[in-house]
Amino acid sequence: MSERDDLLLETEQHEVSGILHWFTLDRRDFLKVFGGGLLVCAAAPSTLAQESGRARGGQQLPKDLDSWLHIAPDGRITVLTGKVEMGQNIRTSLAQQVAEELRAPFDQITMLMGDTDLVPWDVGTFGSQTTPRMAPILRNVAATARELLLDTAAQHWNADRSKLIARDGRVIDPSSNKSASYGELTQGQKLTSVIAANPPETPPANWQIAGTAKPKVNGRDFVTGKHQYPSDVIRPGVMYGKILRPPAFGAEIISAETKDAEAIPGVKVMSDGNFIGVAAPDPSSAERAVKAIKADWKVPPGPSNANLFEYLKQNVEQGREAPARSNVEQALAAAAIKLERTYTVQYIAHTPLEPRAAVAEWQGDKLTVWTGTQRPFGVRDELVEAFRISPDKVRVIMPDTGSGYGGKHTGDAAIEAARLAKAAGKPVKLVWTREEEFTWAYFRPAGVIEVRSGVNRDGTIVAWDFHNYNSGPAGIEPQYNIANKVAQYHPVKSPLRQGSYRALAATANNFARESHIDELANAIGMDSLAFRLKNLTDERVRAVLQAAADKFAWKSQKSSAQRGFGMACGTEKGGFYAACVEVEIVPTVRIRRVVIAFECGAVVNPNGVRNQTEGAIVQGIGGALFESIEFANGKVLNPHMHDYRVPRFRDMPEIEVVILDRKDLPSVGAGEAPICALAPAVANAIFAATGARIRHLPLAPRGVVPAEDNA
Amino acid sequence: MSALVLNVNGSERQVDVPPDESLLSVLRNSLQLTGTKYGCGEGQCGACTVLIDGRPVRSCRTPVSQAAGKKITTIEGLEQNGKLHPVQAAFLEQEALQCGYCTSGMILSTVALLNAIPNPTDDDIVRQMNGNVCRCGTYARILAAVKQAAQQSRRS
Repeated sequence: MSERDDLLLETEQHEVSGILHWFTLDRRDFLKVFGGGLLVCAAAPSTLAQESGRARGGQQLPKDLDSWLHIAPDGRITVLTGKVEMGQNIRTSLAQQVAEELRAPFDQITMLMGDTDLVPWDVGTFGSQTTPRMAPILRNVAATARELLLDTAAQHWNADRSKLIARDGRVIDPSSNKSASYGELTQGQKLTSVIAANPPETPPANWQIAGTAKPKVNGRDFVTGKHQYPSDVIRPGVMYGKILRPPAFGAEIISAETKDAEAIPGVKVMSDGNFIGVAAPDPSSAERAVKAIKADWKVPPGPSNANLFEYLKQNVEQGREAPARSNVEQALAAAAIKLERTYTVQYIAHTPLEPRAAVAEWQGDKLTVWTGTQRPFGVRDELVEAFRISPDKVRVIMPDTGSGYGGKHTGDAAIEAARLAKAAGKPVKLVWTREEEFTWAYFRPAGVIEVRSGVNRDGTIVAWDFHNYNSGPAGIEPQYNIANKVAQYHPVKSPLRQGSYRALAATANNFARESHIDELANAIGMDSLAFRLKNLTDERVRAVLQAAADKFAWKSQKSSAQRGFGMACGTEKGGFYAACVEVEIVPTVRIRRVVIAFECGAVVNPNGVRNQTEGAIVQGIGGALFESIEFANGKVLNPHMHDYRVPRFRDMPEIEVVILDRKDLPSVGAGEAPICALAPAVANAIFAATGARIRHLPLAPRGVVPAEDNA
Repeated sequence: MSALVLNVNGSERQVDVPPDESLLSVLRNSLQLTGTKYGCGEGQCGACTVLIDGRPVRSCRTPVSQAAGKKITTIEGLEQNGKLHPVQAAFLEQEALQCGYCTSGMILSTVALLNAIPNPTDDDIVRQMNGNVCRCGTYARILAAVKQAAQQSRRS
């Protein structure tokens, strides 16, 4: 399965339903918004057309020219993109790349992101696609503007175009000492330019602004509390919304008595089938109103954790395919040593610290929603469908939100707030509670992964048969050279609402694969590093594996009953990673040290890459050791932070990040890949210490190696 | 509803709210001080941390009536005359944030920690800050920021 297929699949997974209505957008006149100056536009470039794929349900892209960059007469540069910021720091890294190509000061650039009325259409911010897909478009846009400014200066000055230099936001003619800022060059005129096909671009080896550790552009607003997150948006006359939640997934309303709620001053109750919500003049009235509603629900029976994996195997939508398996079967039969193992992962919750939130405001028939989402245009489409209105009547604005990790693809809070706002005739703010977030958002899929493999006495893996049920196809292909292999994903009708998560199913597939590789190495008595290297020819994987092992001093580490060392490696979203970890068994499992080597092509912001890599490791600790959604009969049983444990200061290991900067290779995203390495490396380290091979995530939900796994 | 006078960041502010409404809700919704965040409503994540008479409290679990008559400090009250508080400056310099949603609570917990223990060890920091969650996983940088702020406070 290719990366592109993953992307499309991910998009499809999170579309709540298809688009019912579509209208070609009117050409928007950005000069009205921005006044005079230089505007760089593009007819939908091919990269975007590709990216849209099935996500647009086969609909045509807008026929207008999308506007990407504007230079105002005062020199302010505004860059427009549908990508959104949620902590991954692309507001900074994209601005660096634009500044680089435009030869403009970094601090003159403002990124206008995720406002569907202003920015070009975008599929959404996920799949580590901002750096490999959006950044090249913006570099191209910036280079186009730079070339146009050089042309303009050459005309103004009647100068030799080839002698002119663009630098620090100015065009300079060294021969005449003439110089003008970009803003001056536009002279307030309305200039527009369509993106050039291949303007000259700066190779990473020559980068001056990109490739450096620029600090977060608006960092000061975050340490002072000034930044307004979606849940901080305040509108005049705003009311506070609250939804009456059903007692379980799939529950149907039998009856509801809302009189007492309606009697509370200023409260508006909105009721439509299973949807019952209130809007109130203040948050406490909203809370009281929801509590005052007496509702009876019918709750259907459903599976629970106890029988989850049997359920997943019994509800497969697409079973195994025959092709190519005969080779694998023959190779398995002939292999000196064979292994057959099953690995499982539980549902886990993204737990973004800012829960889903939206403020919705109707002005006549125009709806504006401020909400935290990774897909502003996707949410717009959901609203278009929900309210049967035209896309130009819906504006979704996404202020930089309090994280997502793949968990904010849908527009649930936006639709709910808009529904209440429509009923109340006033703007409505709706902020999900933590309990709602744990219960009614979607989860990282649970999964069952069955692996059969064969290895020769010399350590060559000869057969690989890998089947993932439900969790997904990302990262399913082994990075090892295996002559006969099958790796298949089998979709399942999930009992819980599930969707994207940081690195998607690659966390599950890496856990199964890298655990299994260690089991094979152990079965033939080879060192984990030597066994991996024997079966790896990909130079980029080998490089990170070697880098991590060297930094960790892998060869001199000897496991004992209290201390284990483990490793894992792989490639995901175009990045390459390897981790070596040290765990302590006291008998609580403690991760003491992690060395992570990561390579993502030419590094755009080394500090940002480090921050993301460290963060991925810390977040990975939760999924590796203790995070798990507990449920029965469609009801989440641990929807609170006191019973759903996330990594805290106390869980933090020493983390060393080794970044391999490959200026000769295209940049790829850094937000996801490193998370894949942690869980299998920890499982392998626990095995090295205790001899217990744990084949399920989380590995130690109660802190210690589970009794049933003890060897 | 009852009228209460709150002393927030050195100013007297009058609010007319139910006495059992959380301080967090009053700060955010009545006083528009949105720098203090809702994270869990259960006192488990620390995003809503404010100082009351210099001590860190979870404003989501504090009825507003309990805060009346006391000195409340929120993230908005740390910067003085355009100059960042040393803890804010340290978080910024260490880039001890990603999405930044936990940052207000982290900074106020740090201010309280350094008031109580001016020269904290790593263990002190982990123990005192363990109730503050950063889902982006920037703990190591926050630890570095706390230590930097401690050093700066000692020097000044």
